[in-house]
Amino acid sequence: MIAEALAVSAVLFCIGVVGVLTRRNAIIVFMCAELMLNAVNLSFVALAKMHGVTGHVFVVMVMTIAAAEAAVGLAIVISVFRHFGSVDLGSVRMLRG
Amino acid sequence: MSAFYQFQFYLFSLIAIASALLFVTRRNPVPAALWLVNTMFALSGLYVMLDAPFIGVIQVLVYAGAIMVVFVFVVMLLNLGRTEVTDLRAMGARFGAGLVGLGLLANLLVLLRDPLPDAPLAGPQDNAVTPVAASLFSDYLVAFELTSLVLLVAIVGAVLLAKRRTRA
Repeated sequence: MIAEALAVSAVLFCIGVVGVLTRRNAIIVFMCAELMLNAVNLSFVALAKMHGVTGHVFVVMVMTIAAAEAAVGLAIVISVFRHFGSVDLGSVRMLRG
Repeated sequence: MSAFYQFQFYLFSLIAIASALLFVTRRNPVPAALWLVNTMFALSGLYVMLDAPFIGVIQVLVYAGAIMVVFVFVVMLLNLGRTEVTDLRAMGARFGAGLVGLGLLANLLVLLRDPLPDAPLAGPQDNAVTPVAASLFSDYLVAFELTSLVLLVAIVGAVLLAKRRTRA
């Protein structure tokens, strides 16, 4: 079961990577990053079956960081939308506010 | 491994991968978010099957229940739910992204062809929370406390970034 879970995790991670590379909607890019984090969590949980409970601890940490990242990232998306009038990453060409 | 267990495992894996594919192909952010929630539910089922029921519950509560709600909330706040022109990148970028994805997938799957080390597998435990908590509050106490600091900084940063600038 562990090998299968790792394979599922690899597939999900690659779907996330392709999503990040092909989409321009900032919110969808963020959700693809969440999908990649989820894929890594799945491999942590699968390997925890072999190496003990440390994997579960790391999953808890990853989820906390994902929550923090979502909060900050979505705040950035909101301020980008206020400034440029869209969340299209192609329209964001300047860092200067 | 009973046949029923295997069937369930493959079913959840299939749901997760199919929902993820539907998620990246949706043009409108709201259905995309809902398919991602579906992926997370399927992953939570996989966690329970891999003897991590606590992580499965946390997955539903935190990811599906909190993080994705924030995403949908922002989509609706900014009124992005209308299907507009496609947001796909140009053809060349898409082709390159497909190549990168396939290459990465091939790499990861080739790595999996090596047999896994023959470690004894941990069986299911009666108490789902105690081992995680014992490890979290002893071996990883410093990391745990630092996480709270990260959350504090994230809250302050989010408020600062999203606040309307008022000219004094």
